[in-house]
Amino acid sequence: MLPEQAARIDAHITAHKALPGGLLPLLHAIQDDVGYVPEESYGSISKALNLSVAEIHGVVTFYHHFRTHPPGRHVIQICRAESCQSMGSTELEAHAKATLGIDYHQTTSDGSITLEPVYCLGNCACSPAITVDEEVYGRVSPNRLDAIIAEAKGVA
Amino acid sequence: MTRIYVPRDSSALSLGAEKVAKAIAEHAARNNVAVEIIRNGSRGMFWLEPLVEVETPAGRIAYGPVEVSDVPGLFAAGFLEGGAHALRLGLTDELPWLKQQERLTFARVGITDPVSLTDYLAHDGYRGLQNALALQPAEIVQEVTDSGLRGRGGAAFPTGIKWKTVHDCKADQKYIVCNADEGDSGTYSDRMIMEGDPFVLIEGMTIAALAVGATQGYIYLRSEYPHALAVLNEAIQHAREKHYLGPNILGSGHAFELEVRRAAGAYVCGEETSLLESLEGKRGLVRFKPPLPAIEGLFGKPTVVNNVISFASVPIILDKGGAFYRDYGMGRSRGTLPIQLAGNIKHGGLVEKAFGVTLRQLLYDFGGGSATGRPIRAVQVGGPLGAYLPESQFDTPLDYEEFSKLWAVLGHGGIVAFDDTVDMAKMARYAFEFCAIESCGKCTPCRIGSTRGVEVMDKIMQGRDHAQNIALVRDLSDTMLNGSLCALGGMTPYPVLSAINHFPEDFGLNKKAQAA
Ligand SMILES: Cc1cc2nc3c(=O)[nH]c(=O)nc-3n(C[C@H](O)[C@H](O)[C@H](O)COP(=O)(O)O)c2cc1C
Ligand code: SF4
Ligand code: FES
Ligand code: FES
Repeated sequence: MLPEQAARIDAHITAHKALPGGLLPLLHAIQDDVGYVPEESYGSISKALNLSVAEIHGVVTFYHHFRTHPPGRHVIQICRAESCQSMGSTELEAHAKATLGIDYHQTTSDGSITLEPVYCLGNCACSPAITVDEEVYGRVSPNRLDAIIAEAKGVA
Repeated sequence: MTRIYVPRDSSALSLGAEKVAKAIAEHAARNNVAVEIIRNGSRGMFWLEPLVEVETPAGRIAYGPVEVSDVPGLFAAGFLEGGAHALRLGLTDELPWLKQQERLTFARVGITDPVSLTDYLAHDGYRGLQNALALQPAEIVQEVTDSGLRGRGGAAFPTGIKWKTVHDCKADQKYIVCNADEGDSGTYSDRMIMEGDPFVLIEGMTIAALAVGATQGYIYLRSEYPHALAVLNEAIQHAREKHYLGPNILGSGHAFELEVRRAAGAYVCGEETSLLESLEGKRGLVRFKPPLPAIEGLFGKPTVVNNVISFASVPIILDKGGAFYRDYGMGRSRGTLPIQLAGNIKHGGLVEKAFGVTLRQLLYDFGGGSATGRPIRAVQVGGPLGAYLPESQFDTPLDYEEFSKLWAVLGHGGIVAFDDTVDMAKMARYAFEFCAIESCGKCTPCRIGSTRGVEVMDKIMQGRDHAQNIALVRDLSDTMLNGSLCALGGMTPYPVLSAINHFPEDFGLNKKAQAA
């Protein structure tokens, strides 16, 4: 965690500490800002929200959305749920893993792309679906995925 | 100035609607053509998205699916006047797909500008709230009870009865919580409402607040829906500016504040008590019931928890009366259901119909069969905890009781189609796998049973100790059915056992022997 990140995280903590049930909104604010929830921040969260570090750790790890390590410059999520399976997402994920040379929850060695599974994006009428940095794409064929990956790497 | 509609719905965006809107704006600017581009919700015909509509004196004319490269040609063909073009579909309102629906909850979706309060009011918006303000709280509850509305989140519990419980509680604080976690594969109706007509949800929650005496509401929105988040927040701000939300709603003296809270990617947090734990900032562990959330809910206070579609169906009930809504439907399933056609289907999209329409009508008359052109072999209805149904059951009408007779559920109204290349053993394995990934871990049958289920399915698929392992899956399913605290563990056996029972040949079983 960088020093300027620590300062920004402290600002988020101050902004959220009085909110009822504010831990999740706070974790979102932190991850939206620095890309993940650094474990080094648990101490200050714990003091401000009057929770134990173990409780904070428990919450962060319970939710699939929160990351405890910085992701690559781009995050690609592939939908693994039933509707997308019916339209070839299993082949799509195999293709993505082979092309990128990584498995789910890993980042390419050049740091450009992190691959994650996701369970339904609400785009099931346009399966298979993926997201790139939260932007949803529908009817993604392996070819289209290659183009999307190339574009993401290009603008990295 | 010509009005052009290009959806801002996530699915339309996933197919390039943003670029199409930009291309239209740029082309118009370059050629000094005055156009007003409205970013509407989707009409729900996703095989035609991006669907561009042009307002003409005769009505709105649809073109689709439009790609960026089609834009110059559309202008050349005079599409601003409704000119002929290969992509021209005709008057939107005359398209059979839409004409054959009964759009009550979705009356405005795709038609209005989602974030324009003026547009909402011009299309009958807030008439339900106006009526509710003139009623006693108990009368509002009665109207909802009379409508026969049952929760659209999955469990189909009568909404009026839930509201009455909260109404009857004495408390210094009550809450209205909207379950917008929409985790079921094959569902997107909540998303379409939130992105396409957010005010109807806000109005429904406000009416609920008046009915039970709550002053604070939360929308628990799944993190996978960033566009819905933006639209909701903008709509809430407009509603507050015009006193449809806030300390003194339309001068009535009633207060209601509304806030959107983001979920964080846990399927189980769609379960209402897990959701409440999450809203309180904790891990989403399912609570023991009783106490019911209606009595001890958020922060221990009486709380109405309803699905997006349940709330969004309330304004029309208060506008036109409970009897109007109840007159649609069959049996004890009253009103309409927004059905979502998904998966391997040619015409995927949103069909709002009165209960009673059959699966076959939906899959073939609306859906047009599979996307791949192969026979539809199985459909999963009601999300990942819903049963798989074979072709022989396609004449079943959509009705909560008819489905439960088949040991199936309607759930949130999602229908996922599979063609004949599907391997149902893989789908059964996936059901266990999903349960293992998403289990909150509070009870053993679900936490351990799901992981064991994956292992046993692997053995079955490898043909090891076959008969013994099939028996083991059935045993395991029994344990999960009877011993789980919530429906995640308790209903994972639905997809598993329905797959084995209806498609035994995929499990290396003899079809006839199994059926006997
Ligand atoms: C594992 C699980 C996930 C659920 N997910 C959702 C969901 O995403 N949205 C929803 O409205 N209800 C969901 N439910 C049902 C809720 O527990 C609850 O019944 C519903 O929110 C009540 O609202 P309703 O009466 O308007 O349907 C889920 C239930 C379970 C067991
Ligand atoms: S069935 Fe599963 S998800 Fe539900 S309470 Fe038990 S462990 Fe949690
Ligand atoms: S199942 Fe993939 S988007 Fe819904
Ligand atoms: S521990 Fe939950 S049912 Fe056994």
